[in-house]
Amino acid sequence: MEFGIFVVFAALALAGSLTVVLGHNPVHCALGLVLALVSVAVFFLQQDAQLLAAVQVIVYAGAVVVLFLFVIMLLGVDREETLHEPIRYQRPAALALGAIVLAEVLFLAGRTWATGTPSARGPLEEDAGYNNIETVARTLFTDFLWPFEITAALLVIAVVGGVVLARRSGQPAELVDEGDAATGESGTNAGSSPSERAPAGGPALSRMAPPAASERDTEAAS
Amino acid sequence: MIAQADPQELVTPTVDWLAIGPEIALAGAAIFIVLLRSIVRRGPWVYRASLFLAIGGVVAAGVLLGRQWNIVRDDGAIDTIAGMVRIDGFGVFLGAIVVAATLLTVLLASAYVERERLEGPEYLALVLMSATGMVAMTTANDLIVVFVALEVLSIPLYVLAAFDRRRLASQEAGIKYFVLGAFSSAILLYGIALVYGATGTTSITGIADFLAANTLLEQGVLLAGFALVLVGLGFKIAAVPFHMWTPDVYQGAPTPVTAFMSSATKVAGFAALLRVFEVAFPTYREDWRPVIAALAVLSLVVGSVAAVVQTDVKRMLAYSSIAHAGYILVGFAAASVGNRDAAARGQEAALFYLLVYAFMTIGAFAVVTVVARRRHDARHDLDDYRGLAVREPILAGLLAFFLLAQAGVPLTGGFVAKLQVFAAAVEARQYALAIVGVLAAVVAAFFYIRLVVVMFASEPEPAEGEEAVPRAAVEPGTGFVLATCAAITLVIGILPGTFLHFARDATFLL
Amino acid sequence: MIAALELTANHYLVLAAVLFTIGAVGLLIRRNVLVMFMCVELMLNAANLTFVTFARELDDVGGQAIVFFTLVVAAAEVAVGLAIIVAIFRRRRGATADDVHLLKG
Repeated sequence: MEFGIFVVFAALALAGSLTVVLGHNPVHCALGLVLALVSVAVFFLQQDAQLLAAVQVIVYAGAVVVLFLFVIMLLGVDREETLHEPIRYQRPAALALGAIVLAEVLFLAGRTWATGTPSARGPLEEDAGYNNIETVARTLFTDFLWPFEITAALLVIAVVGGVVLARRSGQPAELVDEGDAATGESGTNAGSSPSERAPAGGPALSRMAPPAASERDTEAAS
Repeated sequence: MIAQADPQELVTPTVDWLAIGPEIALAGAAIFIVLLRSIVRRGPWVYRASLFLAIGGVVAAGVLLGRQWNIVRDDGAIDTIAGMVRIDGFGVFLGAIVVAATLLTVLLASAYVERERLEGPEYLALVLMSATGMVAMTTANDLIVVFVALEVLSIPLYVLAAFDRRRLASQEAGIKYFVLGAFSSAILLYGIALVYGATGTTSITGIADFLAANTLLEQGVLLAGFALVLVGLGFKIAAVPFHMWTPDVYQGAPTPVTAFMSSATKVAGFAALLRVFEVAFPTYREDWRPVIAALAVLSLVVGSVAAVVQTDVKRMLAYSSIAHAGYILVGFAAASVGNRDAAARGQEAALFYLLVYAFMTIGAFAVVTVVARRRHDARHDLDDYRGLAVREPILAGLLAFFLLAQAGVPLTGGFVAKLQVFAAAVEARQYALAIVGVLAAVVAAFFYIRLVVVMFASEPEPAEGEEAVPRAAVEPGTGFVLATCAAITLVIGILPGTFLHFARDATFLL
Repeated sequence: MIAALELTANHYLVLAAVLFTIGAVGLLIRRNVLVMFMCVELMLNAANLTFVTFARELDDVGGQAIVFFTLVVAAAEVAVGLAIIVAIFRRRRGATADDVHLLKG
C-alpha cells in the first residue's frame, strides 16, 4: 500500500517537474510545479513530517506558486518561449552534467545513504506524547534558536526589497542608459515607448531630496 | 540536547549577548532606519538620520567586535546559543573586516545615493542587513546557520544590484545575480542535506567529531555532499568556474554596491569556506585539497588573462577580483596540508590577503564611483580615464596607487599579501601553485599598469560637443573612504608586522 | 504484490536526486527567467525531501527543523526575485526573458 502510494506520487512528481522544465507555456510550468510540490508533501506525510507537509501545501502551493502565476499574468508573458539558444554548447553541456550527476546517484542507489549518528538533536517522536508539531517547535526554539532569529532578518529584507523594487518610478527622462548599450550588446529595446513606461501619476523622484518620494510611494512602503 | 525536567517547560539555550552583539547592532540599526522611513515618510532629514543611524550601528558593531577580540584572546573561543555560534579569533578577525568594509560602503554611498537619486534609507537598511548576514556567517558553527546567513547576505545584494531603476544594466545585473545566486544556494543546500545524512548532524564541530571518531565505509554520499557545498560557496567567492556572473554583475550594479560585493561578500564567503573545510572535513583533506588547488589555478589564469582584454574599467576590476580570489585560494590550499606549521602559515596568509584585498578593492571602486559621476555611473570606459592625471591629479594618483597595490608593487599592502601567500605555498610544498601565482601576477601587472599609463601618459582628447568636465569635488564621505583605504594599504605595506600578528592570532590551527 | 515490495529510504533519496537533477538541468537549458526560478524551487524541494528522509532514517528531529528554514528562505527569495522580475519587465514591456542577457560571458 505504502509502496503503491509512493509509486503513484513519484510518477506525479516526475511528471510535474518535467512539465516545469519542458513546458513551453509558463502557466503550464507553474501548474507542473504545483503537482511536484504536492507530491513531495505526500512524501513528507509518509515520513512522519505532518507539520512540514501542511506548511509545504500552504506556503508553496498556496502562496509561492500563486505568486508565480500572478506575476505571469501581470506581465503577460504567458506565451510560448522561443527555443532559440543563445549560447551554443550550453544545452548539451547541461544535459551531460545532468547525466553525470544521475550516474553517480545510481551508483550510490543500492548503498546506505544515512550513515550518521542517529538522533543527534533528539528523536523524532518523543515519549511524552508530543506530536510532530510540538517536537519540531521545541527544536526550533532550543537547538535552532539562532537560525530562527536570523530568519526574522530575512523577512524584513524581503519586505524592504519587495517594496523598493516594485515601487513605480523612473520616468523616461530619468533613464540613463539603454540597457544594451551599457553591456555592449546590440539588441532591441522592445516596446519601451514612453507612454507605456510612465505610469499614470507616477512620481518622479525629487531632484534634491532622494528620500522624499511622493505620498503614494510612502503609502506603499508603510 | 537540553535536559527537560518538566516536559511542559521549554528550556531555551543560554544566549551570550556579547557574542551576537555585532549582529544585533547592525540589524537593529537597519530596523530603526526602516521604521523611521515608514513612520516619518518624508523630509530630507530622514536620509541624514538614517545615515547617522547606519554609521552608529556599524561603529557599535565594530566596538563590540573589538571587545570580543579581547575576550577571545584571553579566554579562548566562546560557543553559545546551543553551539550554533562560535566566537573565535578567526570569526572576529573576518567579522571586523566585514564591518570595516560596511562602514566604508556606507560612507561611499552617502554621496552617491544623493547624486544618483536613489532611495537612501532603504539602501542603507539593505546594506546593514547584508552585513548582518556576513557577520553571522563568520561566526557560524552550523551548516544551517551558514545557509541562512548566506541568504541574509545575498538577498539584500540582489536588491542592491538592481537598485538603480534608471539603468537597465543594473536591473539585469540584479536578475542575473539573483538567478545564479539562488541556483548556488540550492546546490549548497543539497550538499548540506547529503552531509547531514552521512554524518547525522549539521554542526560543523559536530561533523568534525563524528568524522574523527568514525570511519565511513561508504563515503560516496559524504564526498558528493561536500563537493556540492564547495560548488555552492564557490559561487559566492567568484572562483572560476563559478565566476560567470561576476563581470556582468559587478559592471551593472551601482559602483558602491560593487565595492561592497567584491570586498565584504568575498570575506564572508571565504569565512564559510575556510571554516567548513578546515574544521569539519580535515580528515578528508587529501580529497579536497587538489580541488581547491585546481580552483586556485583556474581563478588565477582566467581572472588575469580575461582582465587584459577588457575595455570597461569595472569589468576589468571584476576579473581582477576573480584573480584575487585565486591568490586567497592558494593560501587556502597551503592551509590544508598535513604539516601543521605550514598549514597555519597558509591560513594566516589567506586571512591577511583578505584584509589587504578588502581595502585595496574598496579604494579602487571608490575612485571609479567619483569618476563615473558624469556618466551617471552607466559607463566606465577606459577612455573616460584618459588624461585623468591632468584633470584630477589626486584622484588619478590614488587610483594608480590602488591599482599598483593590487598588482603587488613593493611598499604597498598588496605586495606583502602576495609575498605571504607565495611563501606559504612554498612552505607547504605547493610549488606549482606558487609558480602559477607569480606568473599570473606578471600578467595582471600588465592590465593594471595599462590603466595607470592611460591616466598619466595620454593627453586628454579635445572633447567636441561635450561640455567641459567639471572638476569633481570629492564629498567628505568619499574623501574619508579614499584616505582610509590608501592609508591602510600603505601602512600595511610599510609596517606589516602588527597586521600579520593579528592574522596569526586569528588562525584556528595554532 | 506491489505491497510486498518494501519501501526504503533509498527510494525517496534517489527520487530526490532525480528531481534535483531535473531542476538543475532545467535551469541551465531554459531561457525564461520565471521558469528558471521555478527550477530553483524544484531543487530546493529535492533538498527538502532529502532532509526529511534522512530525519526519518536517523530518527532525528533536526532534519525536519532545517526544512522549516528552507521554506522561509524560499519564500523570501520568491518575494524578492519576483519583485526584480516585475521591475525589469515593467521597463521593457513586451520583452521575453530572451532579451535579458542572462549567462552572457
